[in-house]
Amino acid sequence: MQTFNLLKPNRDNIKNYSIFGSFLVLVSLIDVISNAFLKINLTSFLPGSLTTLFPLIIGLIGLNMMRIDYSGNKTLDLLNKNINTNNFNALLTLLILFSIIKALPQSLSWMILDATISGDSKDACTGTGACWTYIKVWFRRFMYGMYPNEFHWRINTAFILVIALGFVGYFMKENLKKYLALYYVIIYPVIAYLVIYYLISGGSFGLQWVETGAWGGLSLTFIVSFFCLIFCFPLGMIFALGRRSNLPVIKYISICYIEFWRGVPLITVLFMSSVMFPMFLPEDFFMDKLVRVIIAITLFEAAYCAEVIRGGLQSLPRGQYDAAKSLGMGYWKMHIFVILPQALKLVIPGIANTFLALVKDTPLIFVVGLAELAGMLALAKTNPKWLGFAMEGYIFASIVFWIICYAMSKYSYNLEAKYKTER
Amino acid sequence: MSDPIIKIQNMNKWFGDFQVLKNINLEVEANKKIVVCGPSGSGKSTLIRCINRLEEHQEGDIIVDGNELSEKTKDIEKIRADVGMVFQQFNLFPHLSILDNCTLAPIWVKKMPKKEAKELALDQLKKVQIDDQANKFPGQLSGGQQQRCAIARALCMQPKIMLFDEPTSALDPEMIKEVLDAMVSLAKGGMTMIVVTHEMGFAKEVADEVIFMDEGMIIEKAVTKEFFANPKSDRTKLFLSQIL
Repeated sequence: MQTFNLLKPNRDNIKNYSIFGSFLVLVSLIDVISNAFLKINLTSFLPGSLTTLFPLIIGLIGLNMMRIDYSGNKTLDLLNKNINTNNFNALLTLLILFSIIKALPQSLSWMILDATISGDSKDACTGTGACWTYIKVWFRRFMYGMYPNEFHWRINTAFILVIALGFVGYFMKENLKKYLALYYVIIYPVIAYLVIYYLISGGSFGLQWVETGAWGGLSLTFIVSFFCLIFCFPLGMIFALGRRSNLPVIKYISICYIEFWRGVPLITVLFMSSVMFPMFLPEDFFMDKLVRVIIAITLFEAAYCAEVIRGGLQSLPRGQYDAAKSLGMGYWKMHIFVILPQALKLVIPGIANTFLALVKDTPLIFVVGLAELAGMLALAKTNPKWLGFAMEGYIFASIVFWIICYAMSKYSYNLEAKYKTER
Repeated sequence: MSDPIIKIQNMNKWFGDFQVLKNINLEVEANKKIVVCGPSGSGKSTLIRCINRLEEHQEGDIIVDGNELSEKTKDIEKIRADVGMVFQQFNLFPHLSILDNCTLAPIWVKKMPKKEAKELALDQLKKVQIDDQANKFPGQLSGGQQQRCAIARALCMQPKIMLFDEPTSALDPEMIKEVLDAMVSLAKGGMTMIVVTHEMGFAKEVADEVIFMDEGMIIEKAVTKEFFANPKSDRTKLFLSQIL
């Protein structure tokens, strides 16, 4: 007996059913698109609420008609497997599609079609769209903060130098490879510090002194993130090992350190570093605010790194320790050659997580008067000549941060793939 | 014969409140092969882990190659370097190639020049017949190959004593043979060996003495032939009847 089900295809009639089904889905999409883009209501002949629901119903019927366990047609199977497994998923698929279509025209016209980018003052922005002129005019400020315009080449040169030095590891000769860790943990940060100090701060070699208060924008984001990242990782490693140490003094110092820094909010740490810390210093001792802030963030993030790394250390089977010990390796050899290489490989995702959070936490330094990218936005949006463009600014900042963070996470995936040797 | 290379006197060990080893007395002379057997949980593994101090004993003395093992032992690494160990779970370093697994300790612990270490490692790998796998990673090898690599890795330190902690228990029956073959040829080369195993065939072939342990005590210790021919204690008889 053949059960009569008009909406259920079988293997024989799937071709006709899928063609008709996709036609129905197409109709529903056309209806929504014409509604959103052309403001034409194709189904105005239908009564009231049925008009709004029409594309949804038609789409659902269409998808239902296309649904079959296995058809042999690759595209159809892919579709059924991923977005059309049951009525609920079909509904979700349609709703998501429709909302994207509905949102597109407004955002497109605001961001691109009606937007302004010409001119160099607020008066150019007369349209209803976004005012990218604002970003264009303020671009240098967003990148370099209050750093004098004629010296921007110093920041650029410093960054190029620092990046170039970072790639030295790739070109190092084979017999120097064993010093690589030493280079990245100690020598590189020192060189980078000197480069940034002499080039960006200036004060010698005929370069005019620019105090750190004038630094800002994206370049400051980079400087703060860079130093915090390279210092907090080794520090975190030390505390992770410390927490697992058999020596009670080291163990409890590490635990106290980690629990203290994990327990206080970053914003209070920043306040303390900039306001309270100088009070404890001797009269004639001066430490730049930027340096203090970098140290504060480093210590703060090191605690998080430590816990992530400890997780990796704990996930290694005890046999690895046994094997290393049985070969006569002491604590340091065992950790350097056997334990850490494996543990650090395991924690790449966790470390990437921490580092991304760190980069996105840098805007907090605004509270102590250092204006990196987001800080410059906050300053710019309150400028009397440029009131009312906060939206453009924040979209710009979001895009910039997203690009940085996405690049970082991509890099971490690469590292994971590169060091994958087992399993 | 000179002094025994391993000497254990009145040794006791606890895990918390639980006493795992009770009044162990054992002497092993150089070049002797000892097989330790017994039901699981009898403390066999703990005993040989005590010999290179992967476990600490609480009472009694353990003297390995003239060095007493205790909390005061400063250069425990030096003693361990002379005592090779092979584990049930192989415990190869998964992030290093087979060759690097073998050369790591000679280079960094024994300060052997890299070239020499590599030659030694290839030589040892050849003896266990996996020199053609030298550049692969442990994860790409079968269990038997991994265990043979682990044996080669331990031998690269040129130890005086080799400890085997159930080296074939995690292997397929087919792979057990290749590992046992490697161990037999090592035994015939004159190495001092203490082997925890259930492979009675291996015991009969190479062991000088067999020790039977139960509940943390050495129940019986006898020359191999004697051990299998007429075991003295009832517990040993029962065990042998079940395992043979």
